[in-house]
Amino acid sequence: MTDKPKVGVYVCHCGINISATVDVETVADYALKLPNVEVARTYSYMCSDPGQVLIKNDIKEHGLNRIIVASCSPRMHEPTFRKAIQEAGLNPYYLEMANIREQCSWVHEDMEEATAKSKKLVASAVAKVRLLEALESKEVDAEPAALIIGAGIAGIQAALDIADAGFKVFLVEKTPSVGGRMAQLDKTFPTLDCSACILTPKMVDCASHPNIELLSYSEVEEIGGYIGNFDVKVRKKARYVDFDKCTGCGDCAAECRVKDRFPSEFDQGMGKRSAIYLPFPQAVPAKYTIDPESCLYLTRGKCGKGPKCQEVCKAEAINFEQEDEIVEFKVGAVIVATGFDPFDASRKPEYGYNDYPNVITGMEMERLVSASGPTGGKVKVFNGEEEIEPKEVAFIKCVGSRDASVGNEYCSRVCCMYVAKQAHLIRDKIPDANIRVYYIDVRAFGKGFEEFYDRVRRENVRYIRGNPSEIFKRGNKLVVKVEDTLTATPLEDEVDLVVLGVGLEPRADMREIMDLLRLSQSPDRFFLEAHPKLRPVDTATEGVFLAGCCQGPKDIPDTVAQAKGAASSAMIPLARGKVMISAQVAEVDEATCRGCGFCVNICPYTAIELVKINRFGHEVEVARVNEALCKGCGSCSAGCLSDSIQPKSFRDRQILPQIAALGVLK
Amino acid sequence: MSENYEPNIVAFLCNWCSYAGADLAGTSRVHYPANIQVIRVMCSGRVNPLYVMNALQQGADGVLISGCHPGDCHYMEGNFYARRRMGMLKDLMEFVGVDPKRFHMSWVSASEGHKWKEVVEKTVEEAREAGPFEGFRRRQIDW
Repeated sequence: MTDKPKVGVYVCHCGINISATVDVETVADYALKLPNVEVARTYSYMCSDPGQVLIKNDIKEHGLNRIIVASCSPRMHEPTFRKAIQEAGLNPYYLEMANIREQCSWVHEDMEEATAKSKKLVASAVAKVRLLEALESKEVDAEPAALIIGAGIAGIQAALDIADAGFKVFLVEKTPSVGGRMAQLDKTFPTLDCSACILTPKMVDCASHPNIELLSYSEVEEIGGYIGNFDVKVRKKARYVDFDKCTGCGDCAAECRVKDRFPSEFDQGMGKRSAIYLPFPQAVPAKYTIDPESCLYLTRGKCGKGPKCQEVCKAEAINFEQEDEIVEFKVGAVIVATGFDPFDASRKPEYGYNDYPNVITGMEMERLVSASGPTGGKVKVFNGEEEIEPKEVAFIKCVGSRDASVGNEYCSRVCCMYVAKQAHLIRDKIPDANIRVYYIDVRAFGKGFEEFYDRVRRENVRYIRGNPSEIFKRGNKLVVKVEDTLTATPLEDEVDLVVLGVGLEPRADMREIMDLLRLSQSPDRFFLEAHPKLRPVDTATEGVFLAGCCQGPKDIPDTVAQAKGAASSAMIPLARGKVMISAQVAEVDEATCRGCGFCVNICPYTAIELVKINRFGHEVEVARVNEALCKGCGSCSAGCLSDSIQPKSFRDRQILPQIAALGVLK
Repeated sequence: MSENYEPNIVAFLCNWCSYAGADLAGTSRVHYPANIQVIRVMCSGRVNPLYVMNALQQGADGVLISGCHPGDCHYMEGNFYARRRMGMLKDLMEFVGVDPKRFHMSWVSASEGHKWKEVVEKTVEEAREAGPFEGFRRRQIDW
């Protein structure tokens, strides 16, 4: 650094967000007395255009070469101000931010204390900024392909958008078929579109699209690399059926020795399937799969005189020798669209879901009313003695949502409307049924929702405000014990069928994806987006995006909208063909490195290797950093015995002065 | 110890979890003591144990290091290094006679704004109990 540091300090009022608790003028006056500070100003909104112009003009007029913005969190506006000073001709890394909003004015009440703390934070920033170095960001090529994990409606929509734009898509689905939860639904609210009718064409499209490689019955095993250059390893699980030979005729399932013995996942366990199965008639790809956990031959090594499926398959597609296959490829962006799990109703034992066959969940109700469901669309329930058409039907809302006792404080957003829709469908199928809905609140917030809710109420569906406390059996009826809280009347309603309006929960297996991609969870345990309002599809990991219910409960239109958003964000690096990689990487001082290799072992990204160099006529080994692989975490530096390896912008000589500055004003 | 003694705490937070968690505490307007000043690092694994000693030399009465929950590190294993290093440092500090109440390590995720408040309150409270620290003070270094 040849030029003397000339520091400009800009203290933001942020309207009154900061200035109500921090005396910004005092902070600026104080900053002016700090070493190397030439200019210190305050402004109402530093991030606004005039605020940025103020900084740019000062850089030009006063020849400032280091800038401090004391405002919000650097996680919020660091990129904004980096860009601003770059436009004024300064290296973008000559910026330091003092977080006097999120970590000061918003969390402290006493003005004197908050002002004193702001001064310290500014002093600490000044101490560091003087010693920052100019860094150059590098560009690397981005692979023009995307990986999408999960092929429900979110994954399918994102895949189609990206593929239509001309990029390669790898669509990975864990189960044998694409379609996800939406394929299980009967009708969709509030328009009563048939779910399968609008979904299946998209399912077929994504299987036949020339740019989409569909990897069904597969799981992502490893993801390495970084934005633009992710290395992906996918395990294609053995189907024990030759994918190319299977014609999907279904002879095998019909002849299976354990035919229709296992609960069908697709029918929520209400229907049965064979050990060799197609999850549902419209499944895509229409290829059969042998479930290794239920197949006689695979579990016991013996199936009669020989596996029946193998005997009847004319295409000779059955292959018990098949093994899992590992597929490896490179992509530039990743979209996570892994969806949700319905709330497990047995966690509310007072509703007797495990005890009574005529207490069912909303998901089961979908299959029950579906023409392709286990009963062919007839609403029939077993009440413990006989199969009946229920004449007294009760719906209970907010089961597993807005309920701190099960750890779910959030609203699941879809239950109000799917319960209204199911009430309507029951009214349709059983016109003389007596239908009640127990609710806490009705949240009909979407387009056409309120109108639909009104219509259902006019169809003689009674809405009773009250949260049932218990369900028990009396004779062959179920009794719902509840207080109507609008009239303060305790009720004991006798019904034939109870439908639990279960909410949406984060998937039980989300941990696998979190570990693969280093994602975080928000307080509701769904995946955390980069910013709740302005970056709702991004994650903290660059190049990784979220779509659908894995980020939080959503209905189908919102899921599709987010999937399209994620697709367009993911296409930015793909379309540009290049990505910027962070300049804040580690650097080795080859003059002092002793080549011990500690850092090589520490680095989780294998970004450091030992190389031989000539030092003053002697051949020695020193560490060298691969800048494309280094993420700048700095773990190597804290482990270095000679302080030779240092992450740029977070060097010892930049952090130690920060520490010293925090101690001065005691 | 005077009645109105306020300890001076320096905290090192990782960018991805704890710093974001502290930001969330701000966005949620939870209030906590102003004694704590934060230095942002990319990963808790970046924190050299010497920084802790240095902070105590330079005027801090207590030091806090906070990172992602074990297993959740944005850089896969940085917080494991931090945990191992700081465990050793803590033993060493006890050995040389520094009250272990001056040194804290915590795991605060990006969604745990309220936990951050609890961590700060505990850190400040224990540092207050330990009293002003003069053990290794040395002249302030002009960097």
